[in-house]
Amino acid sequence: MIDVAFIGLSIGAILLLVSLGLAITYGSMGVINMAHGEMVMLGAYTNVLLGIWLNVGFLAAIPVAFMATALVGFVIERLVVRRLYGRLLDTMLATWGIAILLQEAVRLDLGLSLVGINIEGLGKGLQKVAAPDWLAGVVTIAGVQINAYRGFIILLTAVLTTATWILLYRTPLGIQVRAIMRNPKMAAACGINVERVNALTFAYGSGLAGIAGVMMSGFMTVSPEMGAPVVVDGFLVVVTGGLGSLLGTVWSAGILGEINGFVSSVTTDVVARAAVFAVLILIIVFRPNGLFSFRAR
Amino acid sequence: MVTTTRRSFLKTSALGAAGAVASPYLVGGVRAAAPIDVGVLFSLTGGMSIIETSLKDATLLAVSEINAKGGVLGRQINPIIEDGATDPKTFSERASKLAIQDKTETIFGLYVSATRKAVLPVIEKRNKLLFYPTFYEGYECSRNVIYTGAVVNQIVWNAVPWIVEKLGKKKFFIVGSNFLYSRETSKVTKSRIKQAGAQWIADEYLEFGSAEAASLVNKIKESGADVVFSNIVGSSVIAFYREYRNQGLTQDKLPIFSTVTTEIEIAALGPEFSAGSYTSLPYFQAIDSDANKSFVERYRAFVKDPKAVTHQPVESSYFQVYLWKQAVEKAGSFQADAVREAVRGQEFDAPDGRVRVDPENLHTWFTPRIAQWQPDGQGKIVDAAPAPVRPLPYAAYGETDDNLFCTPHGLDQKKLKS
Repeated sequence: MIDVAFIGLSIGAILLLVSLGLAITYGSMGVINMAHGEMVMLGAYTNVLLGIWLNVGFLAAIPVAFMATALVGFVIERLVVRRLYGRLLDTMLATWGIAILLQEAVRLDLGLSLVGINIEGLGKGLQKVAAPDWLAGVVTIAGVQINAYRGFIILLTAVLTTATWILLYRTPLGIQVRAIMRNPKMAAACGINVERVNALTFAYGSGLAGIAGVMMSGFMTVSPEMGAPVVVDGFLVVVTGGLGSLLGTVWSAGILGEINGFVSSVTTDVVARAAVFAVLILIIVFRPNGLFSFRAR
Repeated sequence: MVTTTRRSFLKTSALGAAGAVASPYLVGGVRAAAPIDVGVLFSLTGGMSIIETSLKDATLLAVSEINAKGGVLGRQINPIIEDGATDPKTFSERASKLAIQDKTETIFGLYVSATRKAVLPVIEKRNKLLFYPTFYEGYECSRNVIYTGAVVNQIVWNAVPWIVEKLGKKKFFIVGSNFLYSRETSKVTKSRIKQAGAQWIADEYLEFGSAEAASLVNKIKESGADVVFSNIVGSSVIAFYREYRNQGLTQDKLPIFSTVTTEIEIAALGPEFSAGSYTSLPYFQAIDSDANKSFVERYRAFVKDPKAVTHQPVESSYFQVYLWKQAVEKAGSFQADAVREAVRGQEFDAPDGRVRVDPENLHTWFTPRIAQWQPDGQGKIVDAAPAPVRPLPYAAYGETDDNLFCTPHGLDQKKLKS
């Protein structure tokens, strides 16, 4: 029983890890970033490249991937997204285009393969990610065998969630972010630099996706198209949790993860997937604003 | 409505006869060296592009070798390469284009079963030939497809008794991806387990492409099984093998036995996760023969990658072009009907040994092999059949060597139902 609960918890943690960034860019800023999955992908490739070229472990890859994808996110916000605030469909299309561009950039070795140069670690092949030895196998805690890698993901997710919560609710920047979420014009009138704060928020959300990518690369196939299926789950979690609510995202990731874990332990993975979607539909039908939402007032 | 009068009929047939007399001169003189078009259809983009690009390369390697030696019937082969983009609908459109616009009689290509099912109506309606290089689930009998990959009875039939006798494992847990290949293969495996006197514990399926194998591995852990028979495909392979070790399962106590995992997946998932597990397929890169070593070398030189891996569908993509060449030369024609009749019974010394197209069902005779994956990422051949085994695409439904369901007359529906 405990092992099933642990599996559910770890599935929830992975969901939360992916949706944390989305909870900020989509949930708070209202930008449907179709390239979020590609941020996850870039994070995974950062890990691959660091492993090949600098031979550093993935503990070092976590901050580097965060910085790298945050930078990419910052550039995307500056060049494209900020010109499209308030135009939901246009943002979706534009970021979808960016997603395709990023995928092809990786697949074509940043375009160098067209002139016959191949960068090891990029290209359209499957990438191999060495998993750290100290996270292989199981650790036994109180008589229960725990998958070390999944345990680490749960810890890291908890740390990142706490950090995000502190950032949003205990720092001056967080107050500005939340003010913009409620009413951008009023926030601007109060002297908040909306453009700057938006760019930083978007970069932070993208950086979180990069960290998710590093962790995913330990058990997922790293390839240019790995991001898309991941991001669908992320959107589901954020919508179920309620836009703009960090707590809602945490709860919905946890609930969906546990449902997935328990249903698949008594039936099959395929049924579990269907059960998750059934619960999602029920939540959206009966609580259209998600589990927690301040916009309902 | 056009009515053919006796007079106009005579006129046209006279013209036709004149043309028929004249054309040999044209062929023999002006257009002697005109190349012959063939279709090459694989996913060069999308999720399957990694594997299918290697199949395209192997096809082109064979084409370039044949062209260097003077081509087929004195004509150079001109491959028309199309991209199916990992999408069955695109595959069907591209196949139509090759058949109708380019008028190619033969197409080499395809990997995923879903794309083959999508292309089938096109080539059957236009009466073209498809050379299909992938091991697949069976349960198909088209007179327009030459199946040069292994079929389940050549992968599973030998493997299950071997596991029971040589490994001494008796409790099978079957896992797969939730789609056609895995479901069919699992069915065959189950009936074979019963025959071998072993015990079937459970079968479980992952959502296609899913990277979440935790619950599945946990069930295996608690099931009491002593061997895992895996038909998991695609990106789930890596998630499954890695989760397996991360939950503390070891290959020496509870080995994974796969019908799918080839060198290409092993390279990506890491030998430390796969060492000790098994795969049953007719071809492995590690096959220790001059023919194979030379093939691996030529393939690596052709793709300009000294570390490129060869695997089962790569081998088939290569030798099937030679089978086609032999059939064309025997028939003296490139026309699909003539080539189909000539390809029956064709034999070729492929990198893995002698292969032969079955004269009845157009599938391929192979030598089944079992390999155990080593820490260097290569397979060590631990078992090989003494002779090539006849392909039986309906083995799960009672087909045997003496009682074929699929013959040149098509599928015998009565036998299938009984």
